[in-house]
Amino acid sequence: MVESVTERTGEVPEDMELVYAFPRSMARVSTHYCPGCVHGIVHRLVGEVIDELGIRDRTIGVAPVGCAVLAYNYFDVDFVEAAHGRAPAMATGIKRVHPDSIVFTYQGDGDLAAIGTAEIIHAANRGELITTVFINNGIYGMTGGQMAPTTLPGMVTTSTPTGRDCRVAGHPVRMSEILAQTEGTAYITRQMALDVVSIRRTKRAIKRAFLTQMHGLGFSCVEVLSTCPTNWHMDPWAAMQWAKENMASYFPVQTFKMTEAVEALKV
Amino acid sequence: MGNGWVVVDVDRCKGCGLCTHVCPVGILTLSEDAFNARGYHPVVVTDPSQCTGCAACATICPDIVFTVYRRARRSRRSAARAVPASV
Amino acid sequence: MVKQLLKGNVAFAEAAIRNGLEAYFGYPITPQSEALEHFSRRMIEEGRVFLQAESEVAAINMVYGAACAGARVMTSTSGPGLSLMAEGLSYIAGSEVPVVVVNMMRGGPGLGNIQPSQADYFFMTKTAGHGDFHPLVLAPSTVQELIDMVGLAFELAERYRTLVIVAGDGSIGQMMESAELPPMRPPRSEWPSWAVSGARDRPPNVLTSLYLGAENLEALNLRLQAKLQEIKRREARFREFETQDAEMLLVAYGTAGRICLSVLREARKKGLRVGLFRPQTLWPFPEARLAALAERVLGILVVEMSAGQMLEDVQRVVGARAPVGFHGRMGGVIPMVDEILEDLYALAHSVGCASAAHA
Repeated sequence: MVESVTERTGEVPEDMELVYAFPRSMARVSTHYCPGCVHGIVHRLVGEVIDELGIRDRTIGVAPVGCAVLAYNYFDVDFVEAAHGRAPAMATGIKRVHPDSIVFTYQGDGDLAAIGTAEIIHAANRGELITTVFINNGIYGMTGGQMAPTTLPGMVTTSTPTGRDCRVAGHPVRMSEILAQTEGTAYITRQMALDVVSIRRTKRAIKRAFLTQMHGLGFSCVEVLSTCPTNWHMDPWAAMQWAKENMASYFPVQTFKMTEAVEALKV
Repeated sequence: MGNGWVVVDVDRCKGCGLCTHVCPVGILTLSEDAFNARGYHPVVVTDPSQCTGCAACATICPDIVFTVYRRARRSRRSAARAVPASV
Repeated sequence: MVKQLLKGNVAFAEAAIRNGLEAYFGYPITPQSEALEHFSRRMIEEGRVFLQAESEVAAINMVYGAACAGARVMTSTSGPGLSLMAEGLSYIAGSEVPVVVVNMMRGGPGLGNIQPSQADYFFMTKTAGHGDFHPLVLAPSTVQELIDMVGLAFELAERYRTLVIVAGDGSIGQMMESAELPPMRPPRSEWPSWAVSGARDRPPNVLTSLYLGAENLEALNLRLQAKLQEIKRREARFREFETQDAEMLLVAYGTAGRICLSVLREARKKGLRVGLFRPQTLWPFPEARLAALAERVLGILVVEMSAGQMLEDVQRVVGARAPVGFHGRMGGVIPMVDEILEDLYALAHSVGCASAAHA
């Protein structure tokens, strides 16, 4: 067995500076997510953003139902657990009574685009000063791999065993495009977390979204094209390549709404 | 001698292998025989002297395994002089 | 304070505001929409939080969020809306945050109609949606009692960190009566320490109803059951009228209870020794007192605007002590004094009640 805690690479050279460390806003626990799951990456980005903006002690998170149902164990901030799809409504209640707090929801594609469609559209439309991080991996991971509203046509899932038939199940839903139509939104963007460059861009987008809230500019949402290696039956790296090749064409990586004030933010 | 260094928190690693694909100097690999406390094959740094401190590994890691160090620009020239030309 | 002519829905809304309500989230539904309208004006005037949600589903989840954030918060609705809220009620119960819900019952099931009924009794008392739980249910029968119970509801919700439902009906919500409102309370300076508000100088607070390990969830449930037992021991409330010499007993709550007061007076005029037992809490049901009264009477008539829901609790509590009869109307029909009297006398004769002889 390898020595636990630290790999034996020797002492850190004296003249080197710390460039990346464990984010303060993340809890010192291991997550239950599958190896290579993008949830782990995006959780970390949110934690880094909260640290860089110095808002850990006024941030309140709202966890979804889905693989990220235990998100509240992985962050060192106040958190509540929402019913499936209802996170934007809970976030509305929290933010309206604690307007100085920074409230974010973290939701998957079933939570946000199926059962929670009404809640997210209305929260966005009202311009609730909350931020939504939307993980789109085109499948229901937690319950074992069923079709999601964003499952691609022809994709095999446990509830579309012969591939998604759009005549029966409809076409995948493009939520960012829909949300951007509403008046209350200030920043709606779709990103992907499928390689180092796009992950860094996703982080910037999440930071801009939190800044949008901090400056009271309107509703912000970052959709992140992600993978589900386990239920796609691929290894993590192959899953990322597959997502780049297949998801990005149907779900364009693009910013759909950015008001002038949001654009002017120093990110 | 590279300008970077990583410390690996071995027991956090789930052996997903994402970092091994993005390291620009190819010094990350999953150990073949060794296991960590969670039963995964954790990442090992094969040649730390090549690390550039780019933090690509830390950027893609879902499990916050890496702590990254880098030599600041002002220190690099003196570090470069310290290395014998024959290396 | 001065008595005013108040509509039930407006009265409970204003009473909530004067009891320090900090946030209201609701959705229009007959027969309580006047409350939402009153809140929409007065909450803003008082600088508090008001929002008309996009559905009852959204409303109860906004309430749940604000309650987790420590706010004194409520919503109001009718049967169809309560059904939509059931999921939220269960989460509220499981995460032990204080919430008040006013339910102005109407004819059902389904879309039903907008007339008054008492057909949500099972729903409100037996469960808070799925899972093992009982909301605390208060049942006013006049506008004044509705006002008073709103204040009591907040007190109990916060004392026990539980869900309290104030069960009115379309009649109470719509009627205008003379009543007194409480004085305006000053706003709270301190909010509960368990709430989410930003983890400044303390470890993070997490509010959830998710307990994945079975032993952990059982531990939560044991805690909830202990809380419910304490509520049962301490919070049962009722009123009784002319029970000291009663040979017959009427049992009814809310609007039916109020009508039975008139039935009692008519029957007494004709010489029937009848009393009225009016539960003010439907859960915890005032079992001990009812059982004691049942020992002393010859027959009990339960009157409800339903197919007989409280009836089952009465039958269970009374057991073999006395025969239990029932007079019920459904669909939003309000039972009248005459028809109740008829059934009361029929029951009285069948049990050989001496004072019924002269009717």
